[in-house]
Amino acid sequence: MTESQDIAAPIDRSRMEVTDEVAIQIVDMHKWFGEFHVLKAIDLTVFRGERIVVCGPSGSGKSTLIRCINRLEEHQRGQVIVNGIELTNDLKKIDEVRREVGMCFQHFNLFPHLTILENCTLAPVWVRKMPRSEAHDIALHFLERVHIADQAHKFPGQLSGGQQQRVAIARSLCMNPQIMLFDEPTSALDPEMIKEVLDVMIDLAQEGMTMICVTHEMGFARTVANRVIFMDEGQIVEQNEPEPFFSQPQHPRTREFLSQILSH
Amino acid sequence: MPEMHWLNADMNDDTSRPVAGGKNSAQNLRFVREEFLAEEPAPVSTVGISGWMRINLFSSPLNIILTAFSLYLVWLIVPPVIEWAFINAIWEGEDRNACLVDNAGACWAFIDAKFGQIIYGRYTIDERWRVDLVYLIGAGALIPLLFEKMPGRRYLALFLILIYPVFAFVLLTGGNFGLPHVETALWGGLLVTLVVAVVGIVASLPLGILLALGRRSDMPVVRMFCIGFIELWRGVPLITVLFMASVMLPLFLPEGVNFDKLIRVLIGVALFSSAYMAEVVRGGLQAIPRGQYEAAHALGLSYWQSMGFIILPQALRMVIPGIVNTFIGLFKDTTLVLIVGLFDLLGIIQLNFTDPNWSTPQTAATGYAFAGLIFWAFCFGMSRYSIRVENKLNEGTRRA
Repeated sequence: MTESQDIAAPIDRSRMEVTDEVAIQIVDMHKWFGEFHVLKAIDLTVFRGERIVVCGPSGSGKSTLIRCINRLEEHQRGQVIVNGIELTNDLKKIDEVRREVGMCFQHFNLFPHLTILENCTLAPVWVRKMPRSEAHDIALHFLERVHIADQAHKFPGQLSGGQQQRVAIARSLCMNPQIMLFDEPTSALDPEMIKEVLDVMIDLAQEGMTMICVTHEMGFARTVANRVIFMDEGQIVEQNEPEPFFSQPQHPRTREFLSQILSH
Repeated sequence: MPEMHWLNADMNDDTSRPVAGGKNSAQNLRFVREEFLAEEPAPVSTVGISGWMRINLFSSPLNIILTAFSLYLVWLIVPPVIEWAFINAIWEGEDRNACLVDNAGACWAFIDAKFGQIIYGRYTIDERWRVDLVYLIGAGALIPLLFEKMPGRRYLALFLILIYPVFAFVLLTGGNFGLPHVETALWGGLLVTLVVAVVGIVASLPLGILLALGRRSDMPVVRMFCIGFIELWRGVPLITVLFMASVMLPLFLPEGVNFDKLIRVLIGVALFSSAYMAEVVRGGLQAIPRGQYEAAHALGLSYWQSMGFIILPQALRMVIPGIVNTFIGLFKDTTLVLIVGLFDLLGIIQLNFTDPNWSTPQTAATGYAFAGLIFWAFCFGMSRYSIRVENKLNEGTRRA
């Protein structure tokens, strides 16, 4: 087991480079929940290798935004193009996008009736049509990487929250995704477990994974992100590199939000 | 700021026990355990038989009264039943005269004399071995299947689902392979009960699952069809369904097309119970958190993959009690086929009450007791097995 590093420790940026290849392009996207206009005129281009942190008050639409990227939510106007594939009602294209986009949820959403290992091998075997033994080896490799291989034959209910979230990350990685989405991955965790999950995410960032994280972990945003987006009322209010974002927030709403979450 | 003794407690300090009412208040806050306490046995009054009785039977004056009353009821009911069923019962006899003695109990001789009919109905006597063979192979394949550790269970299950029904159909109806044809009008007794119940059970579960999924479908046509189907069949009594199947349906069929009556009843029963099953399964589907669907979708699993691997295994597990409840209800509802002239277990026993050779005061009571016993044995078996399966499935996924 490798020594997990402190979040403040310097991280290896040698492979964290942003290319000019577009991974995700969102153009003038709108979304309504019934009558409620949750996302308004979202324009966002994500380049391969970017680590984007999305923050904002609850109800600001940040989770909905990233859920539109793998079509867990449907948008009503505008375009969402992921890996060059535009998301429409075409189920084939949706599946194609989902194969390449991993996602981790606030409540982990592991499959409770399957063992840790089965959780990890199910999609590679049935979606990627990978031979069982190969999927098994890959699953163990990623479980090893999130330091949980010794629990492979347990059921999710027997693991702590932090361990479950790490399994969820490993499960996504087993599909070898090009993009990872994190929807408040540490919000449901006890404080002492947050670090073990963030360590895994930092590890992932260091390997050059394109990531979009909805999170309130501002330490993580500062050290890992190359861009921080602040959302409010369904709109992108401000985005910037982390250093200027935190030291000189421009919009009053950003300043108010930051002062509230950083005050203690 | 108060001094934090627990952080820098002097380990050599021998005044580490708490001193109640000590004058120095800082000293009172300090406590370091010196030795761990050994385990002690629980108080005698809470363990063993006497402890169990004290807790469960005599814990309060009201419970003492209730216990006494229950014992009185047991004393009132059990001895006469035992006397009737065993001590005064007539076990052997050629005809009614054996059971016409004074103070006679159950007339088991009647059951003994009619046993062939109860099991086979009016199935041709020389061909009854075919029914026996079907029973035997069915039981031989089913019983090992019930044990999880059995090797080759998968093949047994495939045999039971794919080959056995065909085999049973060919063997029971005959008309092929040199076997004389036995028309279904001659079938009866336990044979009809089991055929109707097993076909109903086996057909209703997959049909019910499809209907439940359809009712939650995004496709309006599929959804409307499933809702319509379920509400139609649930809204009609089974007796009506059976009447429709046997009396009305032939009127609508073109001349010359004629289904066997038993097959029509089987289809009616299967569709009827699948509507109930659908609602049970839907209950399970609704209990699965949205996150499970989302996680399955996010991994790229297709609709049928996520249903088959993620949603249904969890949903069905949750509604095992409801599913078995429906099975048991269906098993007992098979007695209603009497209404369309098919003689199931209960029907054939009732039919034999009219036999003047066996007309005694105890015939009906004995017959009903026997029918009840058989039904109870099957239903109780299903119930116990389902509890076993539930416990087995819960073992792995029990939450920490």
